[in-house]
Amino acid sequence: MEEKENHNTHNHSYAPYIIVWLALLTFTAITVAVAGINFGNATIAIALIIASIKTYLVLTIFMHLNIENKTFKIFVVIAIFFLAISFVLLFSDYYNF
Amino acid sequence: MSSEGDVAVHVHRDDEASKLGMWLFLFTELTLFGGLFLMYSVYRYTHQAEFHLAAKNMNTFIGALNTAILLTSSLTMALSITALQRGSKKLSLSFQAITIFFGLIFLVNKYFEWTHEIHIGNFPGSESLLNKSQGDILFFGLYYVMTGLHGLHVIIGMVVIAVMMRFTIKNAITRTNYVKLEAAGLYWHLVDIIWIFLFPLFYLIS
Amino acid sequence: MTDNSMAINKNEHESYLEHKGKYSGLLGWILSTDHKRIAILYLIVISAWFLIGVTIGFLIRLELLTPGETIVGPQTYNSFFTVHGIIMLFLFVIPGIPAIFGNFFLPIMIGAKDVAFPRLNLFTWYLYVFGSILVITSVFLPGGAPDSGWTFYIPYSVRTGTNMIITLSAAFILGFSSILTGLNFIVTIHRMRAPGMGWFKMPLFPWALYATGWIQVLVTPIIGITLLLIIFERLFGVGLFDPALGGDPVLYQHLFWIYSHPAVYIMAVPAMGVITELITVYSHRTIFGYKAIAFSSLAIALFGSLVWGHHMFTSGMSDTANFVFSLITFLVAIPSAIKVFNWTATLYKGSIELEPPMLFALAFIFLFTIGGLTGIMQGTLSLDIHLTDTTFIVGHFHYIIFGTAGFGVFGGLYHWVPKMFGRLYNKKLAKLSFWFLFIGFNILYFPMFVMGWLGMPRRSYDYLPEYQIYHEISTVGSWVLILGLLIFVYTIVKSIRSGERTNEMNYCGGDTLEWRVETPPTHENFDEIPVITGEPYAYKQNEL
Repeated sequence: MEEKENHNTHNHSYAPYIIVWLALLTFTAITVAVAGINFGNATIAIALIIASIKTYLVLTIFMHLNIENKTFKIFVVIAIFFLAISFVLLFSDYYNF
Repeated sequence: MSSEGDVAVHVHRDDEASKLGMWLFLFTELTLFGGLFLMYSVYRYTHQAEFHLAAKNMNTFIGALNTAILLTSSLTMALSITALQRGSKKLSLSFQAITIFFGLIFLVNKYFEWTHEIHIGNFPGSESLLNKSQGDILFFGLYYVMTGLHGLHVIIGMVVIAVMMRFTIKNAITRTNYVKLEAAGLYWHLVDIIWIFLFPLFYLIS
Repeated sequence: MTDNSMAINKNEHESYLEHKGKYSGLLGWILSTDHKRIAILYLIVISAWFLIGVTIGFLIRLELLTPGETIVGPQTYNSFFTVHGIIMLFLFVIPGIPAIFGNFFLPIMIGAKDVAFPRLNLFTWYLYVFGSILVITSVFLPGGAPDSGWTFYIPYSVRTGTNMIITLSAAFILGFSSILTGLNFIVTIHRMRAPGMGWFKMPLFPWALYATGWIQVLVTPIIGITLLLIIFERLFGVGLFDPALGGDPVLYQHLFWIYSHPAVYIMAVPAMGVITELITVYSHRTIFGYKAIAFSSLAIALFGSLVWGHHMFTSGMSDTANFVFSLITFLVAIPSAIKVFNWTATLYKGSIELEPPMLFALAFIFLFTIGGLTGIMQGTLSLDIHLTDTTFIVGHFHYIIFGTAGFGVFGGLYHWVPKMFGRLYNKKLAKLSFWFLFIGFNILYFPMFVMGWLGMPRRSYDYLPEYQIYHEISTVGSWVLILGLLIFVYTIVKSIRSGERTNEMNYCGGDTLEWRVETPPTHENFDEIPVITGEPYAYKQNEL
């Protein structure tokens, strides 16, 4: 279990973070604009999809999931899966089929 | 490999373990808020029209502004780590400080929002709210609890980053030993992610 | 397991009990980050709470000896079963095996010197103690002990004038203790296995702790937020649960059981891990189906998180929800059954030694089977309409929880106490304690199935005369059980305090790493971290 200094082998650049930040702001602007248009039931779906894209960017770039070991990615999938399936089962009680 | 200045010879550093631990802790925060999101989704589904109306009380501009602020604070948090990796201790400290500052602005905006809502009578237990529809009561109940809990986490995050600043100054966090700062960053990004979802759900319904 | 059967630590070192670190005396214990000392700290406080919980159980059974008021009135009775539930669940079975045996043996079994985060480990014990103090406070403050049942159902938990906020805060704090323990164990297992110990060379008790850790981390926060919301409801009238303000009490039940069902797997899965260790050791046989047992722990963790609605069949859920939850409940029985089959197959052609720990392991299989089968009965919608809120349910969960986690603790203690303390116990008394516990257990709980089937409601201090005979039998059973407990406690305590000393490294013929370190272990567990080359449980191969 020696120290892992994996980050020092990369050239560290500010650029990816700034690009992602600009993308996040853009998506925020899009989501605000879209909210003004009435898509009916699709409105919330679109808002959540955009929020998920933003989250994906934060997870992979800001939180370094793209350069971490596979274990971390599996962990995140497990956590998200748990929430998703709880949501689905909960709605088996509330959804008007 | 001993940690800085410790007597014990056997203590060796395992950054992977620290990060794994932090991610697991983030999952607890995820499901803590997850419970509230589950509630929100049920109540919104069963009171769609009323939520739609209640949300007109929200100030979309402040919400969007706060979103931009928090997203930018995530940027500065990530940059503080990169700066340190590039050997710029002072720049890293500046970015950490700016992150805290953005957190503060966020909270100030929140404060104005809350006081406004309370002033016009939209708060739990108020006469005027109790006279409104069930959906209104639920909407505001969720609003205060979710943004309140989120705000608490912003405060905690600010304190944690302040502690990281101290560590950085004292060289407990260095260019080759910065897992603590990464962990603090992870926490801060999660707080941002939660807001990324709160924003459309409370401010963009109408 | 390793290819040398010789001991790993050859020198005479002082044990962890004698080790002098930075602090000495009492401080050396309550400030210690040694996982073994923390395990003992947990053993002490958990045992104390267990005995208090048993006492309340004794009083409950005494009250139920006759219809109407026997020793206490209805208000006190409600507080009895509430506090009994809170203590037994949050202060005994949920922390139980992970905090005691997990803390003590997980690092040793995987060839590590401690857990991943030793200071965090100590902190979980502080949280436990703090939570305990809050529970005590909730009982004695003027508002009166909580009386809503440990399930805190809306709206009563909002309306009752008793000390709910303190109780809820206690549960919240204790939840954190559980979360952080699970987190610690997950990271420990990922990062600190000895060289050569791949995932499938790890013993099965760590596998059980790993699966449990994930449940602890993911679901506990949900009850955290739910209980917090009841506090907010009481303090601020937020209106999220209170039906008078538009809240949905069934939604509360959903959120409550999303945690509390998986919680029973936090209680049971570690115990199953202990039993796997006991069965292999005392039948001198490798486990039948190692991977099946390992994966079944994960499967139970997964499926167990998807069945919570089976506590709510009569609450007014939709037909779809009823159907879905009933179906998945049947599915979750499968991995549990796999374990029972595999344990039984392990016994086949084994050289079985009926030592005290083995007696508890065999009883475990019997009790778990009854508990599991009655669980399937309750999972059947048509049956549950009649069985819900009767004592049938009470019998079921005592067979399952007490039968697994309880007997797992008893068997584990007889198995590991000599290793932990370097002291032997009186085997005759141990076996005697077993028979009183086992027989008393069945006399106490089996009648609950019968009278529940006949309609006896649960959580009711009064009842129709036709049920009295069953209550009488059950109460007598409780006395037999308690006698067994007294013998058990006496045997263990006497052993720890003044039992014959032993340094024998491997007094049971076990094959996992704790049998290759000193008795009791040294502070660091290993002089040198071992290199693992063999399979776990390398006894004679299973010839099935």
